[in-house]
Amino acid sequence: MKKLSLSVSVLLISLLAACASDKPAEVAPAPVAATEAPAPVADTPKEVAPVAVDELNDPNNILSKRETFFDFDKSVVKAEFKPMVQAHGQYLASHTDRKIVVEGNADERGSSEYNLALGSRRATSVKKMLVVSGAKAGQVATVSFGESKPRDTAHNEAAWSQNRRADIVYK
Amino acid sequence: MLIRNMLFVLLLSMSFSVKAALDIEITGAGEHQIPISVVAFAGEDTLTQKIGTVIANDLKRSGLFRLVDPAGKTPHEMRDVVYSEWAEADGLVIGSAVVLADGRIEVKFRLLDTHKQTQLLGQSVISKGDQVRAIAHKIADLIYEKFTGDAGVFSTRIAYINRDNKIFRLVVADSDGYGEQSVLTLKQPIMSPSWSPDGSHLAYVTFEQDRAIVYVQSLFTRQRFALASFEGSNSAPAWSPDGKQLAIVLTRDGTSSIYIVRPDGSGLRRLTYTDAIDTEPSFSPDGRFLIFASDRGGSVQIYRMPVDGGFGERLTFEGNNNFSPRYSPDGNSFVFMHSTGGQFYIATQDFKTKQIQVLTNVGWEKKPSYAPNGKIILFATESLGRGILSTVSSDGMVKQKMTPQQGDIREPMWGPFLK
Repeated sequence: MKKLSLSVSVLLISLLAACASDKPAEVAPAPVAATEAPAPVADTPKEVAPVAVDELNDPNNILSKRETFFDFDKSVVKAEFKPMVQAHGQYLASHTDRKIVVEGNADERGSSEYNLALGSRRATSVKKMLVVSGAKAGQVATVSFGESKPRDTAHNEAAWSQNRRADIVYK
Repeated sequence: MLIRNMLFVLLLSMSFSVKAALDIEITGAGEHQIPISVVAFAGEDTLTQKIGTVIANDLKRSGLFRLVDPAGKTPHEMRDVVYSEWAEADGLVIGSAVVLADGRIEVKFRLLDTHKQTQLLGQSVISKGDQVRAIAHKIADLIYEKFTGDAGVFSTRIAYINRDNKIFRLVVADSDGYGEQSVLTLKQPIMSPSWSPDGSHLAYVTFEQDRAIVYVQSLFTRQRFALASFEGSNSAPAWSPDGKQLAIVLTRDGTSSIYIVRPDGSGLRRLTYTDAIDTEPSFSPDGRFLIFASDRGGSVQIYRMPVDGGFGERLTFEGNNNFSPRYSPDGNSFVFMHSTGGQFYIATQDFKTKQIQVLTNVGWEKKPSYAPNGKIILFATESLGRGILSTVSSDGMVKQKMTPQQGDIREPMWGPFLK
């Protein structure tokens, strides 16, 4: 029995590792120093309870995507990001206890104050689409960091395109 | 007047660092430079700072003076001056400093007209021993005014943000970069410092509460409070010339709009009602108008409207976008960030002629503000990947780079006269 429970836990850990999001910090550490060899995998599947994976963290689920990127000086959500934003809106509609913040950002071109306003407008633009997709306005807060918290501090288009962004952050 | 004098003394007494926080490089020169000779002051070797050197550096930095080497001559009193030896210079500065028994210092100086062989200025000042630089700046101000007719700004101060790794500091320094002191140190971004008209307070924006909030801080007591912390972003503070109100920008009612509020946070009044971004307000010197940046017409342009509310008149039409307007002290023009071809330049525009003059040419120049005499414009730029301060004379002739010894400099703002 002891042998069996150990092999189950090893399997669970590897399942969790496979389902964890792509953020390294969330990946469970690999099991080490098992004193006995695990039982053959074929013996165990029916013993394992279904693993509840949060669909938000399932890398195969569109809900694991949280970033909307914008064109220069624009705050319109581009077509390629609409399914993702709409999916979050639908998720919030069916999970009324969940709340999020949409964080708006801008690249460093223009003035810091205009970029603060632009980040706010981008966050609001994402919020509007979330609400149209079913989220309650009260579930969605917005904040702007303008150009003050760049993801990439280089002074080129590659960096700027990363920084023209709104992030959906679950609370 | 008494209060203003006290303010000046208090501000002087706050200066403690004599180390330059900025390395200064000057390029260009005024069209008609005034040749002037500054002799090392008698007794200045015993002081922490060489008075003659500080005065000479101030005059040189302005770009309006050409220093004539005293070539070993060291007159300190009028009777020592042989005018024929100074014909190359229009002005001659001499003086002396004495440390008094109580530790204070007495500085005497004279400005002489070498051609008319007369004294133009002569004063004696007694002050605390740690205020040598401040006295020298004051003397330089008087000399500058005597020759140019404009008040000198060597005694004024500047504020800026220094970012070093993840540490943000709100810094106040003398206009030559000396006497740097941190007013606020945070691990979150700080932006948009704005001087109260008497130089006693700074308003600014921080993200210490994870969103933009406007604070007001006393430079004397260092006490501060949140002036505006409404839902959404609170930003872009600008004081009215009488110090009785501030223009701020809030998103609490939707897109960024301009509001008026008293310095204690009371009396909030909304001023702009468009769906567009309205931001970066700046009061006219008479307090009756605001200029600001808005994208209400599609691109970002500069507009002007009465503080009492009403129609916003578009002022700029050249370039792709224009940002960060600030009134000139005489109210006849404004300075702004002019964007064209993906580059950012400092430019001024005259209200009457509507003529625009682009003053810089590198292409990454931001956040301009006038010196209180209107003759110099301070702005942020980059050099070798670092954020630095830079100045340009309002005629575009003289340029100056001020590189910090550490960190990146952003968001500079020139402070007011302290009289």
